[in-house]
Amino acid sequence: MVMTTFEEKIQTPRFKVDAIPHIVVHAEVCHTCSVRACVYVCPANLFVPLDDGGILFNYEECFECGTCYIACNEEGAIEWSYPRGGYGVTFREA
Amino acid sequence: MTRRETTRVRRLFNGFNPIVRGNGNGHHTDRRSPVDGIAGGAERPISSPQEGGRERPRRSTLNPSRPEQFDVIVVGAGPAGSAAALVTARAGLKVLLLERGEYPGSKNVSGAALYGSAILHDLIPNWWEQAPVERYICRRMLSFMSPETSVSLDFRSTTYAEPPYNGFSILRPKFDRWFAAQAEAAGAFLLNAAVVDDVLWDDGRVIGVRVRREAGDICANVVIACDGANSFLAKKAGLQREFHTHEMSLGVKEVIGLDEQTICERFQLTGGEGVAIEYLGAITGEVHGGGFLYTNRDSLSLGVIGQISSFVEHRQRPYELLERFKAHPSVAPLVRGGTLREYSAHIIPEAGWDMLPQLYTDGMLVAGDAAALCFVAGLYFEGINYAIQSGLAAGETAIAAHRASDFSVQTLARYTEHLRQRQVLTDFERYRHTPGFINSARLQNLYPAVIAHGAERLFRVDGRGKQKLLPIAWETLRHFELKPFQVLQDLYRAGRSFGW
Repeated sequence: MVMTTFEEKIQTPRFKVDAIPHIVVHAEVCHTCSVRACVYVCPANLFVPLDDGGILFNYEECFECGTCYIACNEEGAIEWSYPRGGYGVTFREA
Repeated sequence: MTRRETTRVRRLFNGFNPIVRGNGNGHHTDRRSPVDGIAGGAERPISSPQEGGRERPRRSTLNPSRPEQFDVIVVGAGPAGSAAALVTARAGLKVLLLERGEYPGSKNVSGAALYGSAILHDLIPNWWEQAPVERYICRRMLSFMSPETSVSLDFRSTTYAEPPYNGFSILRPKFDRWFAAQAEAAGAFLLNAAVVDDVLWDDGRVIGVRVRREAGDICANVVIACDGANSFLAKKAGLQREFHTHEMSLGVKEVIGLDEQTICERFQLTGGEGVAIEYLGAITGEVHGGGFLYTNRDSLSLGVIGQISSFVEHRQRPYELLERFKAHPSVAPLVRGGTLREYSAHIIPEAGWDMLPQLYTDGMLVAGDAAALCFVAGLYFEGINYAIQSGLAAGETAIAAHRASDFSVQTLARYTEHLRQRQVLTDFERYRHTPGFINSARLQNLYPAVIAHGAERLFRVDGRGKQKLLPIAWETLRHFELKPFQVLQDLYRAGRSFGW
């Protein structure tokens, strides 16, 4: 199929998950944030808004692109680094 | 590299899992490349500064155990890093090439079109015969879109179909792995799965890097940061500032499998010919950016690119935009029947001259995406060529510094001269007004639709009689409520961007 859902897309790269999260989200900042840029810009859809005003975040299927921390620059809720060497996403075709 | 040095380097690597050593192809060798030296590069090995008698001062920030010392550490085995490692290794320097992925290219995403094949040809003659290339690009298209129509500039030349060719479509995990293996073959040590967290300082000079592992401090006379678009090392060294969301674009991409014969028939290609298509306008809706479609041997690479600020402003999810792109009436027939092989994403520094970092400091140089050397300027969508050129320029600077046994900021400042000789800084300076113009609202959201509307009007036959060009243009401008002074202003900006 050419037209695919997000769930089908995210299954195509390989992820070797590091036990240590490479991104830390400071949830207390998210509660006061009205922009919520991360929710829209993340190409891996890792940021899910919660009813209580917080953000549910999952680092496991991350492309390590850096978009979220750049978009969140002014708010500064995202602490970002790369996963340990050899961990994280591996592209075979990209 | 002497036998003693080789043994010491091997010992350094013993802490690592053997699968992460080398390019993963199972061959590692100190054998010299068939081509020794490059134009302007060193042909004879250069003695290390230790032998040259220059004592390095005591290092204060290091682990107590004696850290390993290299001539050059290159961080990141993408096109810039491998180019830098290749030339410095060929010049006889002791070079460590660090890659954070499982293998070079495993974290890397581009369109990907590699233009400037001749640059690599100078380095590795007939490189395309041994490298994993997909198709040589002999047809370029630029399409202006509205939701219903598209107007295209279609350029085709047989001169691009002759060696050394103009450009190739490539898949980065395959190409980057091959290119890093060439640096290895020239004598550079490639270490995979090694993420660099920081630079090491001594007395205001960069003297090495900190790899995230036990005893991960490694020293070098020159560190070349080729660590990609996020350029953390340049930021740690105080050479780059934080990015604005309008300077960085996000690209999401899919590789879609399609059989070879269908690709040739659908895109009117023969044998190894390939096409690169760029789309402007309705493809990205309100989001400032564009779409692309490149033919590979038995797959298509396609994607959409948009300014991060623009994604945020319009609350647009990139992968939804990608689906809209594939569904556009001009794109859908091209991708029909294909199957998704891989979805990926990457950021692109698009602001050109205005976002270039300071390119050097004491003991360190910055190249490739890490130096924001992506050339995205309306007609041009290039980056790998500038990455390679800047990697070579950084390598040449490091070689000259070793000849002089001087790694100070004064010596490394010659990097900018090398970058100008290789036409990198000259191109960016010449086109410094272009990124701002390309990303302006009218050019992004209005003109593609204006062109498409005008063309639709021009070719429609409905019994109402034919108008000449000026009345059609006038009616089109009125339709979009464009003021003549706005058009004049944009024509001037277009002229300043591309004309003079």
